[in-house]
Amino acid sequence: MMKTSRIDHLFKDKQENILAIYFTAGYPELEDTVPVMEAIEEGGADIIEVGMPFSDPVADGPTIQESNKIALDNGMSLKKLFEQLAKMRETVTLPVILMGYLNPIIQYGVEEFCKKCQEVGVDGLILPDLPMQQYLEEYKDIFSQYGLKNTFLISPQTSEERIKAIDQNSDGFIYMVSSHSITGAKSGISEEQERYFERVAELGIQNPRLIGFGISDHESFGKASKHAHGAIIGSAFIKVLNNADRANLKRDIGNFIKGIKNGEYDYTSKA
Amino acid sequence: MKIEVDKNGFYGKFGGAYIPEMLYPNIEELKEKYLGIIEDEDFKKKFSELLRDYVGRPTPLYFAARLSEKYKAKIYLKREDLCHTGAHKVNNTIGQILLAQKLGKKRIIAETGAGQHGVATATVCALMGMECTVYMGEVDMERQKPNVERMKLLGATVVPATSGSKTLKDATNEAMRQWINNPVDTHYIIGSVVGPHPYPEMVARFQSVISEEIKIQLKEKEGRENPDIVIACVGGGSNAAGAFYHYYNSPDVRLVAAEAAGLGISSGKSAATTVLGKLGILHGSRTLLMQTEDGQVVEPHSISAGLDYPGIGPVHAHLFDVGRGEFVAVEDKDAMKAGVELSKLEGIIPAIESAHAIHALNQIKYGPDDVIVINLSGRGDKDLETYIKWGEY
Ligand SMILES: Cc1ncc(COP(=O)(O)O)c(C=O)c1O
Repeated sequence: MMKTSRIDHLFKDKQENILAIYFTAGYPELEDTVPVMEAIEEGGADIIEVGMPFSDPVADGPTIQESNKIALDNGMSLKKLFEQLAKMRETVTLPVILMGYLNPIIQYGVEEFCKKCQEVGVDGLILPDLPMQQYLEEYKDIFSQYGLKNTFLISPQTSEERIKAIDQNSDGFIYMVSSHSITGAKSGISEEQERYFERVAELGIQNPRLIGFGISDHESFGKASKHAHGAIIGSAFIKVLNNADRANLKRDIGNFIKGIKNGEYDYTSKA
Repeated sequence: MKIEVDKNGFYGKFGGAYIPEMLYPNIEELKEKYLGIIEDEDFKKKFSELLRDYVGRPTPLYFAARLSEKYKAKIYLKREDLCHTGAHKVNNTIGQILLAQKLGKKRIIAETGAGQHGVATATVCALMGMECTVYMGEVDMERQKPNVERMKLLGATVVPATSGSKTLKDATNEAMRQWINNPVDTHYIIGSVVGPHPYPEMVARFQSVISEEIKIQLKEKEGRENPDIVIACVGGGSNAAGAFYHYYNSPDVRLVAAEAAGLGISSGKSAATTVLGKLGILHGSRTLLMQTEDGQVVEPHSISAGLDYPGIGPVHAHLFDVGRGEFVAVEDKDAMKAGVELSKLEGIIPAIESAHAIHALNQIKYGPDDVIVINLSGRGDKDLETYIKWGEY
């Protein structure tokens, strides 16, 4: 029997201001993956999303693209990632979600990949180029066999009917893309976006919702959290890693996360 | 086995629509509407009028006497090089711009490698008075300067793709990103039989005018609609799909696809996807894909920018998989020789892409009575600099 998952626990214990942080594995340097995860946890975030770098990340903007490229140049691969994550559960207790594109997983072998995820303690997956229908037909059974929750994206263009179908086929949380955009394309939250958040909030869907893309600071995190269970920060965090003082990587990460939560952070100096 | 697309966009195990949810409404709209639109009588009439009066169709099916003599077969050239803008690409862009208008779209985006599809897109946008942005790898912009200027002259904005390897696949990534950012008013005109369903089938249908005409023309010249062999080059595979389309399910017609072997299959600088590729997913489609063991897409190489793509359209992966297509890999140097040879024998300077198809004559078996149609996908004007650098003529 699977024990209750870390994701379920989180959403049971906490219904608001959930902060998920995305970063790219093997970035800025190859062996930074686990130290960055530890720092995200120490800094006080709630979910860690680890990006699996890909040569052609079509849903990502320049910041994450560049981090993917650097990570690959550093020698990152799924094989390497699972080596790095092998002992992460000795120091990391937060839910860990792997995010990336299908092709590397297919080459690794879907079942083998899922098995490894379970072995090292990964809780879920976000795969932007895996559409719902293909998920249901080819992947759902394998994912659930290895205790992996799959998270779907929705965007302002997603119809009500489809949001409901996605809700029915989700059992972790739903990732609300804040605007029609790739990652990091726009920052700040407009009134129009807030109306979209409200519209979805009123649909009465069963899964918790996290808002991502374009969330970059205390203010946008606050606005997103007002309309959902929390938010996901990616590009803005990658910029922090990029500009961080290497000797004090953990300190800089901690300061950024605290700043997101309480507003006391000078974004202009670091991000 | 019948070669056709199923309702989910698969040809056998290849195809589908592996796209981020942000594009789902666009793709779904296209999927639901495109057949209704393109089969509408009014649309068909407009499409064929433009192909006739603007593109210059039907393109001739030319009996190449001296080439036939040399290769000891009856060889016909389907003269797509005589299309307006110099290649078959315009058949597709005419179809898609009419479709975009029907869908009420205001802006057009496109990717381009060699610049031929970019030029064909900029051309139809000028024709229809629509705003046009073309994404092109920074490296390709340098390699294909005249086409960059042609696009600008036609009123298009050319945006360099600066990520990754800065070539066709990166230009495609960038166009997809821009579509995600502008899903409501923008139509993305993909230039080959690649991308998420319904693009591969839709582009093939627009290009299928090539084999439709071959049938009629060959009937006049040879008294039969079906040649023994059709040969076409394959980058993404749109000219090949057009030339094969009405022969897919005629087993008496051999379908030969010429891929670019670059500097040689095992040189590490090649674009021969059926030899070097494995099943994978790129640009929304499950197909054969050149990639590393870790599933990272590798940068292909071909002397012709139009064949410089790490995948092939799903229909071609399927033709290969079920043995319906014969795939040959033609090296850079052999394509160049064939280009020079055709120039001297027939007075036709082919695009280097098309020269790959010519050289395939040396790599397949046939008899003296065989009727062979080679799809001459484009003319060599854009490649003059490459011919000059090659020097051996
Ligand atoms: C003349 C010509 N032939 C062939 C191609 C390859 O495209 P496809 O394989 O889609 O026909 C190109 C692409 O730019 C081209 O310009």
